[in-house]
Amino acid sequence: MQSMKKFAVALALCSAAAAHAADIKVGIALDISGPFAALGAEARDGFELAIEKLGGKLGGQPAEFIRTDFGGNPEQANQLVARYLQRDKIDFFTGPIGSNAALAVGPALFAAKVPYLSANPGPSAYAGEKCSPWFFAQYQNDTYDEAAGKVANEKGYRNVVLIAPNYPAGKDHLNGFKRLYKGAVKDEIYTKLGQIDYAAEIAQIRAAKPDAVFFFLPGAMGINFVKQFVGGGLKDVPLIAPGFSADEDVIQAVGEPMLGVLNTAHWTHDLQNPANAEFVSSFRKKYDGRYPSVYAAMAYDTLMAMDAAVRDAGGKVEDREAVLKALKNPSFKSLRGEFRYGANNFPVQNYYLREVGKDAEGRITNKLVGTTLEQHQDAYVGACKM
Amino acid sequence: MDAIFVFEQLLNGLGYGLMLFLIAAGLTLVFGIMDTMNLAHGSLYMAGAYVAARVHEASASFALAVAVAVAVTVAVAAVLEFLVIRRLYRRDHLVQVLATFGIILIADDAVKAIWGVAPLLASTPAALAGPVQLFEGLPYPSYRLLLIGAGLAVALGLYLLVNNTRVGMLVRAGASNRQMAEFMGVRVGAVFAFVFALGAGLAALAGALMAPISSVQIGMGEAILIPALVVIVIGGIGSVRGAFVAALLVGLVDTAGRAFLPPALRAVLPPSVAADLGPALAGIAMYVLMAAVLTLKPAGLFPARG
Amino acid sequence: MHERFPGLARRLPWLVLALLAAFPLFAPAFGLEYYVGFVRRVLIVAIAATSLNFILGYGGMAALGHAGFIGVGAYTVVALVEAGFSSAWLAWGGAAAVAGLAAAAIGAVSLRTRGVYFIMITLAFAQMLYYLAVSLRTWGGDDGYGIYTPLEMGVWLDGAHAQVFYWVVLAIAALVFALFSRVAHSRYGQALRGIRDNETRMVALGYPVYRLKLAGFVAAGAVAGLAGGLLASHNAFVSPGMMHWTQSALLLVMVMLGGLGRRWGAPLGVALWLTLEEALKMHTDYWHWPLGVLLLLVVFHAPQGVAALLERRAGKEAAR
Repeated sequence: MQSMKKFAVALALCSAAAAHAADIKVGIALDISGPFAALGAEARDGFELAIEKLGGKLGGQPAEFIRTDFGGNPEQANQLVARYLQRDKIDFFTGPIGSNAALAVGPALFAAKVPYLSANPGPSAYAGEKCSPWFFAQYQNDTYDEAAGKVANEKGYRNVVLIAPNYPAGKDHLNGFKRLYKGAVKDEIYTKLGQIDYAAEIAQIRAAKPDAVFFFLPGAMGINFVKQFVGGGLKDVPLIAPGFSADEDVIQAVGEPMLGVLNTAHWTHDLQNPANAEFVSSFRKKYDGRYPSVYAAMAYDTLMAMDAAVRDAGGKVEDREAVLKALKNPSFKSLRGEFRYGANNFPVQNYYLREVGKDAEGRITNKLVGTTLEQHQDAYVGACKM
Repeated sequence: MDAIFVFEQLLNGLGYGLMLFLIAAGLTLVFGIMDTMNLAHGSLYMAGAYVAARVHEASASFALAVAVAVAVTVAVAAVLEFLVIRRLYRRDHLVQVLATFGIILIADDAVKAIWGVAPLLASTPAALAGPVQLFEGLPYPSYRLLLIGAGLAVALGLYLLVNNTRVGMLVRAGASNRQMAEFMGVRVGAVFAFVFALGAGLAALAGALMAPISSVQIGMGEAILIPALVVIVIGGIGSVRGAFVAALLVGLVDTAGRAFLPPALRAVLPPSVAADLGPALAGIAMYVLMAAVLTLKPAGLFPARG
Repeated sequence: MHERFPGLARRLPWLVLALLAAFPLFAPAFGLEYYVGFVRRVLIVAIAATSLNFILGYGGMAALGHAGFIGVGAYTVVALVEAGFSSAWLAWGGAAAVAGLAAAAIGAVSLRTRGVYFIMITLAFAQMLYYLAVSLRTWGGDDGYGIYTPLEMGVWLDGAHAQVFYWVVLAIAALVFALFSRVAHSRYGQALRGIRDNETRMVALGYPVYRLKLAGFVAAGAVAGLAGGLLASHNAFVSPGMMHWTQSALLLVMVMLGGLGRRWGAPLGVALWLTLEEALKMHTDYWHWPLGVLLLLVVFHAPQGVAALLERRAGKEAAR
């Protein structure tokens, strides 16, 4: 509740500043109800911290950060973006957690020449055929899985069972894993979206006797699965996941059974660089000592990228070409460390292996193990013509 | 595929079926006796899970957590009954859907305000965290055995209550012919309040027991509501026996669909077609079952009303 | 009202229509361009709601799977676009036709059941369609499908112009509304109402009850499919979320909020609900509960819906 109050105050301050006519406007579509609510709330906290740190300004200029919940529904995201574009006349857009919402709102933003800095999803369509100079990604969806595939090689796993929900994104993630993984795929299991009971799948996994299990089950599905997996006596079978199936939201909800889960991401809270150290400590101070998740970090980074771009473009956001050029050559200190954008505006960056363990205070959280992929680029960049 | 594997999957199906029965029992009771379609049953389930998760975390006693969850939820339900549900008994089903849908919207925001949107930690009681060896080559999660036991106990308890007690007699009278029961001087109001509280208690019990193996978060009630409704409709609305049989049926069909359908299709179809078709069919198995049952028996397997 | 202004009740629909038609012309002057799109969405949803109000309000068929037909319509447009067709009229016509066929198949099975069983079996079919769409890879599955080039409406109706599309939607909505209003008071409509009130009697009177209900169900399904096709054009995007059961429930809620079986019920309910949702979301993150409270208020204080409330008020004023 305390954070809600602070949020309200921040909001009031923003709207007070909004009286200024030439404010820079940032449209933020929030996911704080609906299927991605937990991740959306993390992103909101990251945005909020960044706005505080920037003093409500971008590049030293007064800015308005319009935040609206769209309930994780792509159709509503579409509607919201129409409002941001036509009514609020935004200069930047960011926010949605789901790939489906990102794909739904993209065309309208690109047509209106409004830069869309993704705070999470990097759908393959935008990395390849449907790439756009107006879209900037934090990572490509499959790159986490590619890193996980390499981890499986390094750990010497020869037989792996893969499990994901039965929708195209689930298949994309499993294909991403297989891209770098060299061993055998013992079984590929596709489950129902929003499934609650995983007993049948767990029995199949036990019967397959794999060296490890790679799972992509976002949100509640992952929580259900890991709880039941460990309860089913498969504690000794290693679990590998892309970072979003094993981030703070899942870890804090599952607890002890998460210990030892290997996962990959382009950022971790114990990554050593000054910007990150400052971010993590101010985040923990503001939010009762809890660790930020990758969603909070990306949200924070997104606003920092906007800040730098506005400054580098000389404060003239109307000059969209100058803003694009500045965005493309980021001058801010990213929480993830060094990175650069590829031809498709998707980053070329490091991917790290994390393992769920305990920190000095006994709190269960992700710990950095090492770098898995160095300055890695996504597999779709070749299909992008722009 | 060996015999143990098939047996294990059958057991999984029964386990899932009994979980569904835990949730469906309260729903069918309220629906059958009070003729009230209570979509907010899922919200009561969520309340049970949240309270149990918090109390378990704070007190480290799972039994206490379940007890407190049931007590708190029944208290909330009593208030709800007094304020809203009581005035819905004689209304149309659609009006009940409208009102209880409204309650879902309010409940979700209330939970968000109290506990936030992040899913809560709900751990398995330490004694039941691991598997037990049922026999050679078949470890089975001990917590699931507890769920199976709870499901059977609830089924037995309801059977005895409905068939062997005075309340049960009133309940049966109300379910089969409400007007007649009222003519005979049954204090329907009191019976209904009791039944609603009982239904809420069962929802909370289900929520508290499901919390350690599922995600405790906003929307969990709506996610379980649909399978629960499918169960009571297949069983015949208002029939506890029907709900029991239907829950086991749905559990078995759903589990079998997931466990055996994809490999079976792979054996007869080209791999790419099978890979697309298998999980898709498994996902809708429950709905196909319901449509098939209702096509043959338009009032469910065990119609309670004449 | 009827007595004091005898012509108003008759003229009101035309007045509303004229105002709606003029809206895109004066909207830019007041900086309301965005609301042209918003009203267009309200109109499209109102088309679907009107069809639901017809079978539910007049026919007593409580379908909880109506969003399924909207989805079938939308995915028909996707299929036609994917196959290389670009005519809007073909796409929307196809959407209505395919959804009508789906409604015929689903209705043929579902209409054998009654009451809550009917509610649930329509829900089951819609859920099957939902899961089918989620797993269909060619049309984007759960990620949805973007329609990148707008459909063409013909030589003199440029599809790229938002305003033209608005007027097309308005014309279709007006037609659908007029059609259903007329049918509701035709002999067929009266037969439907007779079935709603007492099905046994209608059977006894020799009416082909099942066939009459099925006809209504198919018509409503086709119109919902048309709304789905329009929605696909409106959003330039289609996703399985359109046919999730909560969307069906919302449609039902909007119709009941407006007034079941009331002529103005569906459009009023849709306009009220969507406007409130839009306004609440702009001001608070907790935008669900006020809507919940509204539903309870309607249930207890305006059980016949907002339309009936307005009619009653108008009646009272006339009596004064």
